[in-house]
Amino acid sequence: MTVETAPAPAPSGGSAAAGGAPARRGRTLPSGSVITTFLVLFLVIAAVSVEGFASTRNAGFLLLDVVVIALIALPLTLVVVTGEIDLSVASTVGLSSAVMGKLWFAGLPLEAIIPLVLLLGAALGAVNGLLVTRLGLPSLAVTIGTLALYRGLAFVVLGDQAVADFPRAWTTWAISSIGSTGIPVVVVPLVVLVLVTGVVLHATPVGRSLYAMGNSEDAARFSGIDVGRTKLWLFVVTGVVSALGGVYWTLRYGSARADNATGLELQVIAAILLGGVSIFGGSGGLLGVVAGALLLGSVRNALQLVNVPSDVLNIVTGVLLITAVVAPQVAARVKGRRRRRPAS
Amino acid sequence: MSAPVTRPAPLPEELAAPERTGRRGAALVQRLVVVRELGILAALVLLVVVTVVANPRFLSGQNVRDLLLSAAILTVLAAGQTMVIVTRNVDLSVGSVLGLSAYATGTLLVVAPGTPVVLAVLAGMAVGAVCGLLNGLIVAAAGVPSLVVTLGTLYAFRGLDSLWASSADRLQINAADLPGGFKSLGTARLLGVPVLFLVAVVVVLLVGYYLRTFRSGRELYGIGSAPEAARLSGIPVGRRVLTAFVVNGALAGLAGVLYAARFQTLDTTAGTGQELFVVAAAVVGGVAIFGGSGSVYGAALGALLLTTIGTALPQLGLDPFWRDAAVGALILAAIALDRALTLRLAARLRGRNARRDR
Repeated sequence: MTVETAPAPAPSGGSAAAGGAPARRGRTLPSGSVITTFLVLFLVIAAVSVEGFASTRNAGFLLLDVVVIALIALPLTLVVVTGEIDLSVASTVGLSSAVMGKLWFAGLPLEAIIPLVLLLGAALGAVNGLLVTRLGLPSLAVTIGTLALYRGLAFVVLGDQAVADFPRAWTTWAISSIGSTGIPVVVVPLVVLVLVTGVVLHATPVGRSLYAMGNSEDAARFSGIDVGRTKLWLFVVTGVVSALGGVYWTLRYGSARADNATGLELQVIAAILLGGVSIFGGSGGLLGVVAGALLLGSVRNALQLVNVPSDVLNIVTGVLLITAVVAPQVAARVKGRRRRRPAS
Repeated sequence: MSAPVTRPAPLPEELAAPERTGRRGAALVQRLVVVRELGILAALVLLVVVTVVANPRFLSGQNVRDLLLSAAILTVLAAGQTMVIVTRNVDLSVGSVLGLSAYATGTLLVVAPGTPVVLAVLAGMAVGAVCGLLNGLIVAAAGVPSLVVTLGTLYAFRGLDSLWASSADRLQINAADLPGGFKSLGTARLLGVPVLFLVAVVVVLLVGYYLRTFRSGRELYGIGSAPEAARLSGIPVGRRVLTAFVVNGALAGLAGVLYAARFQTLDTTAGTGQELFVVAAAVVGGVAIFGGSGSVYGAALGALLLTTIGTALPQLGLDPFWRDAAVGALILAAIALDRALTLRLAARLRGRNARRDR
């Protein structure tokens, strides 16, 4: 599972940057292995210098915080690899949570609610996907629209109430850990999903076709890939997984609210870009994304342990996100300059 | 760098088509923009009429003044955002810039109550301009998508705001802390119209005049239509984009001052989530999110329409929670409409060229 699976480099960055040089595909700097090295280094330093960071209890907290981000990052990585984006994931989490609360309040059992909510997620993803693939609208604009729409509907469904009387057995399961290891139980299904997504992306023709689409949609189409249908399915899967994230979020905090997970899209996208996936599509790997999510979670966790106020955490996340996109561009430019010099 | 990096391929060509077909094509685009503005105006009138029928008090003096006050802040933000979106970029950080500059202005007035109002306004705008400069530098110099950059600064600026507030031990600035001269700005009227709204009108007229008349203003459209062509034709793309971001930041700063003058209670949540409404106002007003077309007047009408929806819903007996959903639906409808119009325009121009070539 490495990043090198990406097919041969694509044409000249197509979309010209309005700012500096023509857009380059940011494949250069934080590849999966670089970010993984960063992660390991950070974990070692934090374990040595931050008191309480290396305890099993803290590791459990850290992983619980990362679970939803990593979960949603999996399908969203595939979306970004094809050159699209979905900004509505956090609103889907909120709407799923609100609907879950409403249905529970209406007296339905959770065994019936959860499939319904996942179905809702599929529908929300399908709306995004259909608008992007059938009408040919840019996914950025579509999902800014549905970001507002889905969050608005969440408030329409539940208002500013909270539904909190979920069964004890479910809510404790959501935060329980395996034996005395401190590792949350939910990490197990997450690891399975990571492996499945990793195999699909890096070891199957489907995965290769996603990279092809991200590098050159026309070329992908000419080589027989049904670009529209593939992208539609990616949006649907992203919707379902985001709804699953909503279910888990609700159980973990034991509270269904319309404003659950507001702003979470930043952290998910930050994890993906930090993991070395190019925002222009066509490159990046899943290993890097998982490392990126863990790095973000660890940095926030370590800062919390040394009592840095939560506002600073947002600054750090924002700065990390910007660094993740700027660094490869700058590196590419420096490299390009060095390569050009002998020729001139 | 372009907001819609995700799908840049087909659009530049279509949008650049009018340039190739000369004046008649440009006239057609112009007509589309005007039609679009008239459309929003019609929607606005319809909404007001329906609401007045349901509740005659909707058009009472105080209600209208409140509406204009709320619209003023959104209109100033939308005017700045138009300049950025026209260059095929987007600035999502404006809500945070508003919050930061509102808090900065409030702090200045608390620390130095004798500060003249003009100076306070300039200080707020300066804070916004610095934020815009930072956004613009990262976008223009590093050549990364403005969407990602400003998503990052959205959180960074907001974090800075709350960090400042918590370290200054002044989490909230209340009306009692602010000098009377500044507070009267929020309530002042000229011939019955709130001064804050007049400020917004002036901003819209200035930005509109600049975009239409100045060469550098026209060049912003060129950059948004076809960045590569703009670069090849000698337009200093990076500098123009940077300017658009700085002006947008300064206007977001001005919006922060207006916010401070109107609400007079400032905490670190001021302006949270505004970016959605701002982008929505511009897009609903016909500013194409892929850049290159749209007018600031349309964006202003969009802001007025969104604000009116917000105040009309409760009057129509609908849950105000529907407002956010309506904003999202309007964004989707607007970009779908733009797409349809662009395709039709491209088809018409093709037909016209084919005839001429024959």
